[in-house]
Amino acid sequence: MAASPPRPEDWITVRPEGLYCVPGGFFVDPVRPVDRAVVTHGHSDHARSGHGCVLATAETLAIMAARYGAGFAGATQALAYGTKITLGGVRLRLVPAGHILGSAQAVLEHAGTRIVISGDYKRRRDPTCLPFQPVPCDVFVTEATFALPVFRHPDDRGEIVRLLDVHRRNPDRSVVVGVYALGKCQRVIRLLREVGHDGPVYLHGALAALCDLYAAHGIALGPLLPATDAGKAALAGALVLAPPAAVADRWARRLADPIVAMASGWMRVRQRARQRGVELPLVISDHADWDELLRTIDEVGAPRVWVTHGREEALVHAARARGVDARALAVVGFDEEES
Amino acid sequence: MNRFAALLDALVFTPSRNGKLRLLQAYFAETPDPDRGWALAALTGTLSFPAAKPAMIRALVAERVDAELFAWSYDFVGDLAETVALIWPARPGANASPHLAAIVERLGRTGRVEVPRLVEGWLDALDAEGRWALLKLMTGGLRVGVSARLAKTAVAGLGAATIEEVEEVWHGLTPPYGPLFAWVAGGGAPPPADEGARFRPLMLSHPLEETDLATLDAAEFAAEWKWDGIRVQIVATGRERRLFSRTGEDIGGAFPDILGDVGFVGVLDGELLVGREGIVAPFNDLQQRLNRKTVTVRQMASHPAFVRLYDLLLEGEEDLRGLPFDERRRRLEAWHDAYRPARLDLSPLIPFAGWADLVALRDGARASGIEGLMLKRRGSPYLAGRPRGHWFKWKRAPLAVDCVLMYAQRGHGKRSSFYSDYTFGLWAGDILVPVGKAYFGFTDEELARLDRWVRNNTVRRYGPVREVAPGLVLEIAFDGVQLSGRHKSGLAMRFPRIARIRWDKPAVEADRVEALAAMVA
Ligand SMILES: [Zn+2]
Ligand SMILES: [Zn+2]
Repeated sequence: MAASPPRPEDWITVRPEGLYCVPGGFFVDPVRPVDRAVVTHGHSDHARSGHGCVLATAETLAIMAARYGAGFAGATQALAYGTKITLGGVRLRLVPAGHILGSAQAVLEHAGTRIVISGDYKRRRDPTCLPFQPVPCDVFVTEATFALPVFRHPDDRGEIVRLLDVHRRNPDRSVVVGVYALGKCQRVIRLLREVGHDGPVYLHGALAALCDLYAAHGIALGPLLPATDAGKAALAGALVLAPPAAVADRWARRLADPIVAMASGWMRVRQRARQRGVELPLVISDHADWDELLRTIDEVGAPRVWVTHGREEALVHAARARGVDARALAVVGFDEEES
Repeated sequence: MNRFAALLDALVFTPSRNGKLRLLQAYFAETPDPDRGWALAALTGTLSFPAAKPAMIRALVAERVDAELFAWSYDFVGDLAETVALIWPARPGANASPHLAAIVERLGRTGRVEVPRLVEGWLDALDAEGRWALLKLMTGGLRVGVSARLAKTAVAGLGAATIEEVEEVWHGLTPPYGPLFAWVAGGGAPPPADEGARFRPLMLSHPLEETDLATLDAAEFAAEWKWDGIRVQIVATGRERRLFSRTGEDIGGAFPDILGDVGFVGVLDGELLVGREGIVAPFNDLQQRLNRKTVTVRQMASHPAFVRLYDLLLEGEEDLRGLPFDERRRRLEAWHDAYRPARLDLSPLIPFAGWADLVALRDGARASGIEGLMLKRRGSPYLAGRPRGHWFKWKRAPLAVDCVLMYAQRGHGKRSSFYSDYTFGLWAGDILVPVGKAYFGFTDEELARLDRWVRNNTVRRYGPVREVAPGLVLEIAFDGVQLSGRHKSGLAMRFPRIARIRWDKPAVEADRVEALAAMVA
């Protein structure tokens, strides 16, 4: 009598370090240093330093090196999108996730079962990375950052046009946009270029290195100038990008009577925007919105869905209502800042 | 509706008063009648739609959205109108977006049974911003940080009118205010002041600077107490009786005890107070009666209200506002003597020979119910607004305690990069209990220094709030202190403000909570 094939929950388990693939002997996006890690993308809550060996896309490895220094891991292995490798009886390939440059879904196959760990993802077009590719699977592991039906992201171009409009109508004031340093910053700049803004964009110092890295990967960002020593006169009528924390910090005092904007999916909720002192909320998100989360679950056609971080209960509830066997994974350590 | 929705949205995100005023003015200038008139009605709180209640909106959304998903969303967003606006499932190909005027008119004439279907159709036709504005409009309380007065100021600014002129005609007008806009923006004739029970704009005072005394002749002034209640106006015609706040808001519904005592025709200016057996109660007692639409018999008995009269503006049909203060005062006293209304008494004039008498009186004035002194020029007519040189308020010297800074919060707008909003406490044993909150009111250098101190002494962070180590003493001035069940310390300060930063003083030497309790009037 043949042994029944292992169930998915027997070979993918949740450990304190994160999601662990038992036969493959590796973690996916572990939050503590481990021997072998597959990293879906470069955001700091998914990509930590100090692992023995990191496997990721070449772009993600470059981002980690830029953030943590060249010695961020004992060893690294770059895996191109679509290339299959085998790790201890588990076949692994990386597929674009549409989240940021280099972001990937990890597609794992073992014992006739395919599990897709999608990391963070979105479904909108993003000029700075390859689009999300739905992979039919048996178990789909998904984030749930914006998993409430109040989150429906508007068209990002419309948001950028509003930003430019405010910028043009205020020739004496700085418009400072709070952006996450990795991904959001470069996407906002690319969108500005696409709608025809070709003047300089001023950057907080913390954003420069990753913009250089994107440019080196062929994503043209146009003229960028440092805001930090530009002087108040030059910053009057300037578009300035800065990390969210700097916008409400002493750093912002160098700006000329600034108008505070913020580019984030959280800006959908007025109260959230007001709490942060934002005057111009821009709803631009690198995560799937409610409709996109559900559409993705439909498209991959997985009978089972595991939900990692965010509003798990709502997504589990809605997936179950669609006849999907959904449950929340108690994965800790992801934060929601870079959303 | 889109324009109105965009206005509300912009108002929410514009912290400064001037910024809001600019937005309002641009809206009123660019929007045609009658939409702008309905917008003005909404902003001044003049509209109400009894058939459109939160329960109806919840029922509508329950037909479209899973109950649990709605509950989680409402929990996350925290505001019913915004939750419904965001969660409402769009129905492509729905009707065209309705005009504000059409919405107001149809809501006004549609019965309770048909309203839900009407609203549902609009929610389908509008985008999220429009839905939010519609729901805010229907349920009242826009909460966009615009007072009725600010909205009227914006209207006045369309032309050469003043806010006082607008207030003067306001109570004779009804939405959508066609004649008002025709006058202000179009240069037509002002609408006739209503003959009924309308509000007359109040005469207000300027704070007295100590240096002013040398330039003023004591013989030209009358003095009276500045009572610590709220300024009101009683308006009585043959048919109507009304009680207005100083901004012209009708608050009579909560004070039937006072209006029940009005059996004359005229307009009176006075201070609304709560008092028992001739003793004025602390402001907190009056607070129990304010901000409510109706009042119970029990509340009227436990918190009896009365008005202490300052001035007589109209006696019968006769307008006395052009007469000098002395003459009006004589008429007021004669009128009061003739009527003797039980709930209206006279604010007595204080006899004095020279300024020195008043200085002594003011410093000694610690009784509850007194905020300081008022000086009124004997020869001045009753002038609307805040004319210079006629009336002066001379607040009593503030009380003060040395408190310890406990929490700091980031400010708004220009000050959003500074910790400029402070919670401070006093010692109770060896722990600090918070006793109040105040904004910073000093120079930029001092603010920068305080901000630096906060950042360097933070022990914990809660979103925009930092808890700091107990190490900085703030001298807090305030106008009074009362017992309060709502505060942890059991005490509530009135108008606390930071008088000085005591960089020199060790925190352990700050005052104890008992010191503040001893100042309860
Ligand atoms: Zn991410
Ligand atoms: Zn994430």
